[in-house]
Amino acid sequence: MLEVRDLQVYYGVIQAIKGVSFNVDEGEIIALIGANGAGKTTILQTITGLISPKQGEVLYNGVDLKKLPAHKIVSMGLAHVPEGRRVFSQLTVYENLLMGAYTRKDKDEIEETLQHVFKRFPRLEERRGQLAGTLSGGEQQMLAMGRALMSKPKIILMDEPSMGLSPILVEEVFDIIKSINKSGTTVLLVEQNAKKALSIANRAYVLETGNIVLEGAAESLMNNESVKKAYLGE
Amino acid sequence: MLAGVDMSFITYLLNGISLGSVYSIIALGYTMVYGIAKMLNFAHGDVIMVGGYIIFTIMSTLGLNPILGVLIAIILCTLLGMTIERIAYKPLRRAPSLAVLITAIGVSYLLQNLALLIFGAEAKSFTSVIPVKPLSLAGGRLSISGETLVTIPLCILIMTSLTIFIKKSKIGRGMVAVSEDKDAAVLMGINVNKTIAITFAIGSALAAVASALMFSTYTNLSSTSGAMPGIKAFVAAVFGGIGSIPGAMIGGILLGVIEILSRAYISTQLADAIVFLILIIVLLVKPTGILGKKIQEKV
Repeated sequence: MLEVRDLQVYYGVIQAIKGVSFNVDEGEIIALIGANGAGKTTILQTITGLISPKQGEVLYNGVDLKKLPAHKIVSMGLAHVPEGRRVFSQLTVYENLLMGAYTRKDKDEIEETLQHVFKRFPRLEERRGQLAGTLSGGEQQMLAMGRALMSKPKIILMDEPSMGLSPILVEEVFDIIKSINKSGTTVLLVEQNAKKALSIANRAYVLETGNIVLEGAAESLMNNESVKKAYLGE
Repeated sequence: MLAGVDMSFITYLLNGISLGSVYSIIALGYTMVYGIAKMLNFAHGDVIMVGGYIIFTIMSTLGLNPILGVLIAIILCTLLGMTIERIAYKPLRRAPSLAVLITAIGVSYLLQNLALLIFGAEAKSFTSVIPVKPLSLAGGRLSISGETLVTIPLCILIMTSLTIFIKKSKIGRGMVAVSEDKDAAVLMGINVNKTIAITFAIGSALAAVASALMFSTYTNLSSTSGAMPGIKAFVAAVFGGIGSIPGAMIGGILLGVIEILSRAYISTQLADAIVFLILIIVLLVKPTGILGKKIQEKV
């Protein structure tokens, strides 16, 4: 479904991504784990066109995403929940959700998706008229996820959804990711919380300073000695 | 019955609100462009001057209907604003803000000198486009000009419709999204370049409206006529809190009233100095302007 081939990204003269290749198949949860600065966020931003790669390809169902302007990518069924939520603080919860459906035309269908999102996140319905900037961190994360779901994505890219959340909320967020996946959306998950990410993923890639150093089934990575040492704190 | 002194005060006040309304309309162009493209378009004032010459040409040189002149000025100024953005600013989207600022000043001089070349150095006398008769009140002691009678309600109408447009329309909400977070807006599928172009179009169309109102009262039209009102409207935008639409309105009106009252009661020569002095004081006390706000980020 999504295939990244030999991706190389530079920030000025510094090479952030040094030839990364991986693929995501339909229905999977794929985790990209790694420490701060490993290049996880850069990879997601390159996939959705916020950053242009120096080299390499991002193929989505055979289409080269590099050739599309960034704002066209979401309507192809690819949604991105950015790091740090990035909700529109001056818009209400409801307006934020509508922004998620910006490229969709059919009002009835949008309303239907909205009801789905409210069902999944009842808190958002309670707070629909509230400015997004006044929500708590956990609520903002729910809003960011709900906003991404409003585009009815086939694949959803999530960047550090558990960042800065309390353990109970982290649990909740990962449950939601699992259930989003169950209802048919493919997930590419970027996480520092390797333990939680591996516990819900099918497969995972371990990223270190711009290179993939390990890959495999999530379960086998969880039992890998070096992963245990470096990322699971065992 | 009010005393005679009060009548002249009311006249000054209304003139101030009227001038301030024009500043507000111009300030909208600055504040919206700043909010969305995060740049100061110093050529905005000169678009007003261009609008003035377009109306003048259609009305006085060609002898056509003034309203037609205003409509054509709105269309041409809109195109001019979009062209400036496309040619001069768009290639600099990722450039340092200083480069953009210098470019904007360059565009400003370009427009002024083109006008000088085409229309000559001699100032033209603009004929009012407003067909409304002055209103005489309080037994003739209070007279309100037709320009004031049109300018103030029109300014209120523009502010209200713009606010509704931004709050309620899809494009308007897209503008708010772009102004807050460009990358997140792109992820929603919003075309940022198109949104910026629309912002310039709206600002420039409003500049044409402002030019019709302003030159109808202050009839001296030359190639530099847009510069001073442009700078004052910019001050008004900063005064009210740059990026804020109600801020532009409040800043503009306050500025107009302060300017006219200083001119009437303190000194004609010092009026502009007082205006800028007050700006400095406001910025010292509240650097974000009257309605300027800081966005709080929650982690």
